[in-house]
Amino acid sequence: MKRRSLLAAVAAFAMSAAAAFAADDKPAIVFDIGGKFDKSFNESMYNGSEKFKAETGTAYGEFEIANEAQREQAIRNFADQGYSPIIAAGFAQASALEKVAKEYPDLKFAIVDMVVDLPNVQSIVFNEHEGSYLVGILAAMASKSGKVGFVGGMDIPLIRKFACGYAQGVKAAKADATIFQNMTGDTGAAWNDPVKGGEITKGQMAQGADVIYAAAGATGLGVLQAAADGGALSIGVDANQNYLHPGKVLTSMLKRVDVAVYNVMKAGKEGTFKPGILALGLKEDGVGYAMDEHNASLVTDEMKAAAEKAKADIIAGTIKVHDYTADNTCPVQ
Amino acid sequence: MDLYAEILASTIRMSVPLVLAALAGLWSERSGIVDIGLEGKMLAAAFIAASASAVYGSAWIGLFFAILVSVGLALVHGYASINQRGNQVVSGVAINMLAAGLAVVLGNTWFKEGGRTPSLPPEGRFLPLDIPGVAALADVPVLGFLAKVFLSHSIITYVAIILVVLTAWSLSRTRFGLRLRAVGENPHAVDTAGISVAGLRYRAVIIAGVLCGLAGAFISTSLSSSFVRDMTAGSGFMALAALIFANWRPWRALFACLLFGFLQASGNYLQGVSLGGVQIPVQFINMLPYVLTVVLLAGFIGKSIPPRASGIPYTKDR
Repeated sequence: MKRRSLLAAVAAFAMSAAAAFAADDKPAIVFDIGGKFDKSFNESMYNGSEKFKAETGTAYGEFEIANEAQREQAIRNFADQGYSPIIAAGFAQASALEKVAKEYPDLKFAIVDMVVDLPNVQSIVFNEHEGSYLVGILAAMASKSGKVGFVGGMDIPLIRKFACGYAQGVKAAKADATIFQNMTGDTGAAWNDPVKGGEITKGQMAQGADVIYAAAGATGLGVLQAAADGGALSIGVDANQNYLHPGKVLTSMLKRVDVAVYNVMKAGKEGTFKPGILALGLKEDGVGYAMDEHNASLVTDEMKAAAEKAKADIIAGTIKVHDYTADNTCPVQ
Repeated sequence: MDLYAEILASTIRMSVPLVLAALAGLWSERSGIVDIGLEGKMLAAAFIAASASAVYGSAWIGLFFAILVSVGLALVHGYASINQRGNQVVSGVAINMLAAGLAVVLGNTWFKEGGRTPSLPPEGRFLPLDIPGVAALADVPVLGFLAKVFLSHSIITYVAIILVVLTAWSLSRTRFGLRLRAVGENPHAVDTAGISVAGLRYRAVIIAGVLCGLAGAFISTSLSSSFVRDMTAGSGFMALAALIFANWRPWRALFACLLFGFLQASGNYLQGVSLGGVQIPVQFINMLPYVLTVVLLAGFIGKSIPPRASGIPYTKDR
């Protein structure tokens, strides 16, 4: 573990460090801003990659983006060395990946959270609105004030999709509930600003919110902290964040990017890689909510039953959760 | 009502690092040393405070090391600009870059969390002071409001206010302050009077280091509970802007910083709030601090005059 992290640290500063691995059909992954230890989106993907490495013994190339300009360089660098499949983590890498994938039609690429329509690219998207709907139900039932909050990272349709699914879940469980929705910012810095995340959370608590859902990368750490300090409950995102403040995090909206990354790497190794769009929802266990010993006392049987019922209904198609990105509007506020 | 109290309390919280950094810049620049490196010193201090506090489990130990490191960087700046008569802007920028890079590299090596430090337990943070009797005021109409705004802060906040008073007093009323201001205006005259220019400037730079150390520790161990890459987010530069607004005067710097803090706080709190039935777009709120900065700089602040010798290395006449 020690050596790996040290290697990672070097890789973050010298692009060429990634070249240390000989690349022959080895997968590579480019993490997004926030870094692979963000306890959220990127870390989840890192865990998937590590699982692949542990199971197959195949090393993988990795790079952590430190600024916007590095995206294309990083992907191209891996492509130059023949890594395949190359996984780009996050929506913001789409244009860089598209450009490089066109130039290297023989290599396989994958992108998480965005669709790139090319014959050698697999686009993995998640039905975050479905998972958010479930945590919305839990939030509404756990709230005593009938007011809940949402803190997003960067203001983009993807994050609105989280917010919209959440709002629908809250309203489904408690029709008269109030939902405060805030975004941290309009630039990539919004993923990495826990101080601002904490202040926004304090603002929502001052208005009466007692359950707050963070979908904001590392900014969310500030949200969870402020909620724990102020006696409110919070909801984590992407990875299971329940352990960060045991007994104060209601649940986490799981987005199984680790499974997705693992599957892409494995498919690449076994030659079963399929380009196209792969949408992972409740049905595929791509999204869900986290239950463990840290939040067992917070989620009552009644709440769990309601969430499980909604889950079954969504899978069966009797509940339709509106996807914000389909038409860029949300039916509930 | 709660919301307004919370906005004002948040204003104070957001202003504290700005106030401390602006005072640091004030001391340094009043002695003739331009300090672009406020940001870097704060960042380094924020990182060391969070690291030391995580390791030793005490916010005070964190603060101690933060001040130590910040003063160390200040001395590097001092050596480059006083002894070596180097370009002060270049030295400051170098400190900013050094701090930003080193914090992440060291953080990765020490804690293996990608340049982040572990979250701190309560005893590792400067939490709001528990002032006896304040909780009882919560439901009293006016006093409760005031208590929430002014008495819900950590100790560093109150120290910052005391430091404004101390700075204003010592700059205008003490022999040291007078000499320090003189050295920023006309170092030759000070030298002729037989007082060491370098000595005075070093003292100013060290004071700036201590203040930046406090500011950094406040950001990572009071406002937040861990260090995150680039977490000072430009407050060092905002403090410099406030200093220019304030015409290098301590009380005015306090108010300039409070204004900036208020804009940041209202940006965070007014999102999604509707005024007269119209919901204010998030982007508009986020833009406000910058627009107001431009407007204020262009229209309302008269000419601001920096200390005459600031940025000019002192060479004795032959």
